[in-house]
Amino acid sequence: MTNYVVRRLLIAIPSLLGISVILFTVLALAPGDPFEELATNPAIPPDVRAALRASLGLDDPVWTRYFSWLTAMLRGDWGYSFVSRVNVDQLILARLPTTLAIIGASQVLALAIALPVGVMAATRPYSVFDQVANTLAFIGFSLPTFFTGLLLILLFSITLDWLPFVYRADLTSTGWTWWGEQIRQSIMPVAVLGLFQGAAWTRFVRSAVLDVIRLDHVTTARAKGLPEGSVTLRHVVRNALIPVVTLVALQMPTVFGGAIVTEQIFRVPGIGSLLISAILANDTPVIMAVTFVFAGLVIFFNLLADVIYGWLDPRISYS
Amino acid sequence: MSEALLAPSAAPARDTTPLLDIRGLKVHFKTDDGMVRAVDGVDITANRAETVCVVGESGCGKTVTAKTVLKLIDMPPGRIVAGEIRFEGRDLVPLPPAEMRKIRAKQIGFVFQEPMTSLNPVYTVGQQIAETVRQHEGLSRRAALDRAAEMLRLVNIPNPQRRVQDYPHQFSGGMRQRVMIAMALSCNPKLLIADEPTTALDVTIQAQILDLLDEMKQRLGMAVLLITHAMGVVAEVAQRVVVMYAGKVVEEATVEALFATPRHPYTQGLIRSIPRIDRAASVHARLEAIPGTVPSLLNPPVGCRFAARCRHAMPDCVAAEPPLREVAPGHKVACILYPEHRP
Ligand SMILES: Nc1ncnc2c1ncn2[C@@H]1O[C@H](COP(=O)(O)OP(=O)(O)OP(=O)(O)O)[C@@H](O)[C@H]1O
Ligand code: SF4
Ligand SMILES: [Mg+2]
Repeated sequence: MTNYVVRRLLIAIPSLLGISVILFTVLALAPGDPFEELATNPAIPPDVRAALRASLGLDDPVWTRYFSWLTAMLRGDWGYSFVSRVNVDQLILARLPTTLAIIGASQVLALAIALPVGVMAATRPYSVFDQVANTLAFIGFSLPTFFTGLLLILLFSITLDWLPFVYRADLTSTGWTWWGEQIRQSIMPVAVLGLFQGAAWTRFVRSAVLDVIRLDHVTTARAKGLPEGSVTLRHVVRNALIPVVTLVALQMPTVFGGAIVTEQIFRVPGIGSLLISAILANDTPVIMAVTFVFAGLVIFFNLLADVIYGWLDPRISYS
Repeated sequence: MSEALLAPSAAPARDTTPLLDIRGLKVHFKTDDGMVRAVDGVDITANRAETVCVVGESGCGKTVTAKTVLKLIDMPPGRIVAGEIRFEGRDLVPLPPAEMRKIRAKQIGFVFQEPMTSLNPVYTVGQQIAETVRQHEGLSRRAALDRAAEMLRLVNIPNPQRRVQDYPHQFSGGMRQRVMIAMALSCNPKLLIADEPTTALDVTIQAQILDLLDEMKQRLGMAVLLITHAMGVVAEVAQRVVVMYAGKVVEEATVEALFATPRHPYTQGLIRSIPRIDRAASVHARLEAIPGTVPSLLNPPVGCRFAARCRHAMPDCVAAEPPLREVAPGHKVACILYPEHRP
């Protein structure tokens, strides 16, 4: 098992390197320059500008820049933002907890919806409940997060004025009030992300449960005289979780994508909105670092899913 | 209430009432194409400690009949349209689910056709047997696992103490069927229903499983309702035989009577189709299969359902359905060729 995890981590290194090469090349080829603004600013003399560019290595060939970036990265030096002049690792560390909290809470919400609804729908196929759940899941899955996000803001912030529509990281209150405000401002981003994922997963769970429910071993479980609840939980849902875990892991990039959009809409100061503003400002070190963090998270969740998968399915052996 | 009062005085007489008494059972399935009359008037009885074989071609309703006894068919689309399933005198058809669950495994054990898929792949076989025992006998986890190991030993699985911790995929097909039998017998039921328990297995393993069933029956004394489509199996294990054709019982007799004097043309055909060593040695070894195909259960023909394949068929056969009648003591046939036996 430990062997397997180590091997998987080693395999992840080439993928991360590949991602970084592609990203770096694309950013280097992209039009725009972090010094555009300075270039048009007459207050800065040309020789100062040139010295600055040289000190940042901006005039070197792409591959030289890539290798200096890579070696620095490996030494733990993530560089600093061209725009804010703050160290990238500090920027990210300050914003990562917010992103993880929003994503975590929304995934918990998504699972809390998808598991019971998907199971109930599958155990009563074509019932009214199933059809309503299916329709809602289809709608939830089809509406893009930016649309539902704006809709919620329009309804709850502007029309009803119940919830703040800008997420603030600098709440001044303490104790319970802080928690209260934190929750109030998190409701909409968490709901938007969670409902979207919940809708997608409800469909996964439903079809996974439907696949298991007609298997022979479920009839065996009934023939043993087990109550219907045990049959469903122990012999249907338990087995259906195996494919669901894989699907959920494969969805992680989508989840992060949704998180980036949602953070942007609600002005959540997480790494998603950091990435967007860095892209708009051609802030290469930040773009590279944030993308790297996302890639690392995706790899981590895939690994986690593999481990859970092996734990759920005794037929898998990690040798 | 009245049953409870009657119980003590009725006790000696109870042994003569059959353990399982299926009367006029009809199970229909609603499908897109129409109503499938999978079981359309079936009578089967099994006495205590008796082995009854139900035999018939594929699709004649054997599995549906067997599963209906424990109400394991999907309802809907299935429905018990008519009939009674008396177990120890009590009709199971109107029984609510909670009561039905107390019958399953505890009173009637069930072994399925497919050992490869009938066990849950994510639990150890020990857990799966223990689960049954815990459900019905309220044993502790530890004691239930001990019982599971004991059951594995009973069905001749080597190393039972270690094997309880193995998962189904670590067993061969034959071994899994042993596990299924161990599970079905773990609560010491009075009746074991085995639905083609050997069909999915290698020929050499088939004999071992049949021997095991016989051994279990000798040791534990339960009745066995064995479903099969192989006449050879019937000859080997049955005491009484029920022959089914297209959702109906066409003949019922003791195994001796059935093989000595098969009455129904379908039964005669079935017996002729058994490969026989002595014949094979002398003349050309040829299996005489019954020509023609089984009628659709969607819109079964009027009258005798075997008429289209019967060489004795006459106009009267399709006029009305021949009822199952006793033509000799203990020998029932549904065919107009035989006059009713009157004692
Ligand atoms: N859930 C169902 N829905 C519709 N029809 C069904 C259903 N279950 C069984 N049937 C029909 O009932 C009929 C009898 O099936 P059954 O499985 O009892 O046959 P069988 O005698 O056990 O055959 P085999 O030897 O192949 O196991 C078949 O025609 C089958 O199509
Ligand atoms: S009733 Fe007629 S058709 Fe049917 S088996 Fe008897 S002789 Fe043949
Ligand atoms: Mg069958």
